[in-house]
Amino acid sequence: MALNDTDLLSQAGSAENILKFDDIEPLLESNDLSVSYGGQTAVSGVSLQVPKNSVVSLIGPSGCGKSTLLRCFNRMNDLIPSASVSGKVNFAGQDIYAHDVDPTEIRFRIGMVFQRPNPFPKSIYENVAFGPRINGMTDDLDEVVETSLRRAAVWDEVKDRLNDSGLSVSGGQQQRICIARALAVNPEIVLMDEPASALDPISTQAIEQLIQELSSEVTIIIVTHNMQQATRISDYAAVMMAGEERIGRMIEYGTNEQVFGNPKDERTEAYVTGRIG
Amino acid sequence: MNEQSSIIPTGRQEFDRELGRLEAELILMSGLVEKAIFDALQALKNRDIDRSQRVIDEDDHIDETELEIERYCVELIRRQSPMAGDLRRIVASLQIAGELERIGDYAEGIAKISITMGSQPPLKELIDIPRMGDMAVSMLKRSLEAFISRDADSVRTISVELENEDDEVDDLYAKVQADLMELVKSNPDNAERATYLMWVAHNVERVADRAMNIVERALYQATGEFVSGSTQIEPTAE
Repeated sequence: MALNDTDLLSQAGSAENILKFDDIEPLLESNDLSVSYGGQTAVSGVSLQVPKNSVVSLIGPSGCGKSTLLRCFNRMNDLIPSASVSGKVNFAGQDIYAHDVDPTEIRFRIGMVFQRPNPFPKSIYENVAFGPRINGMTDDLDEVVETSLRRAAVWDEVKDRLNDSGLSVSGGQQQRICIARALAVNPEIVLMDEPASALDPISTQAIEQLIQELSSEVTIIIVTHNMQQATRISDYAAVMMAGEERIGRMIEYGTNEQVFGNPKDERTEAYVTGRIG
Repeated sequence: MNEQSSIIPTGRQEFDRELGRLEAELILMSGLVEKAIFDALQALKNRDIDRSQRVIDEDDHIDETELEIERYCVELIRRQSPMAGDLRRIVASLQIAGELERIGDYAEGIAKISITMGSQPPLKELIDIPRMGDMAVSMLKRSLEAFISRDADSVRTISVELENEDDEVDDLYAKVQADLMELVKSNPDNAERATYLMWVAHNVERVADRAMNIVERALYQATGEFVSGSTQIEPTAE
């Protein structure tokens, strides 16, 4: 393969290299999904099926549209005025871009954790209670906060300082508090955009273990640049790539074993072995 | 530097050089093993005890080479965290080094039998066993060729050829066994010398089997397919 062939890099993957689930109803499914900013296409024609209670990694070189794609899955791109989305995203059988769908409701059911921990400048307790309060939940808030912090594997570290600022703890703890905040509203899917890239190895390990534990009850879609991390935590991996015109396309989607062990697309092989990136 | 290599990251180019070195080490080890089998059979045929002893001594070198390759593979896995084709290449190299080491042991085994036979002449003229040896060494060379090609079609083609050759080696082995049994039946005093040659033939037959294992590792490297000795590798559909 000529690795400097930008035409090749800008081609979408062939259908046989994109995993389809015939026997199950995916929890989330995009069909021919495209995103553009101010008329400039950023992501084109992504059709991806995400099974319930799986961990799906989105991988690919910088600028290939992974985060843009991720943000489509809970309508975060709506917050960017110049963004326009075409195609479909079905979540639990419902088109999340349909006119009668409330994006806020979608964002509760499909939570998001960002690259840099972004706790609100409030107490740890209030950070976690924020979502349930907005949802009108006032009873059993203490229990919700404790359960969420336990699920995020940070309860033991912060249980005696719940009234301290969310910004007063370490970066790794802040990120797990943000995960607890996302979990507090019982989302069905959590989107994670490089959640461990700003953390030290120990905190990264804690986040990875947490992701694996959560996957028995929550579906996780994670953008990561760390190939080893993707190998460790994901069940499936989608590979994105963009050519010179900077339009991201999905070139391969398959099991962890396939993508990192024996990729079908030679561009995936070149990416995961560090020949391009 | 060509246009393509200029865009490959420097670290990747270094890794490619390291993988090339690993392959070179395997080729070197294969050469040592081929020579060991050839020398062991020649020494047996010519009743050359000194040469048999050199085969035994040289086996330490083969064992050390295997260890060096193992250490290098572990080092590459630790340092480079290989993926996909790189990972398969290193895993296959580790396995092939193990196969070659065992073939070295067969050569050493033949040399020990030769020394044990002492000054006794072989029970019969050695014709079929050297033929088996030539075929086994040829299979070994071809199996390494398949590995180095890293090309699925080439591996499958070579595999089909070697399966046929392996059948021929098996047939010769059966013939050697039958001939030796006849000699024992005709004169029970032949039993000891017949047993020596049966062991030699057995070792040579195992060399051919190990060559087949190497082709299976070559196929894994090229395609990611896991195959075992009981699996027939299908030729590529035209």
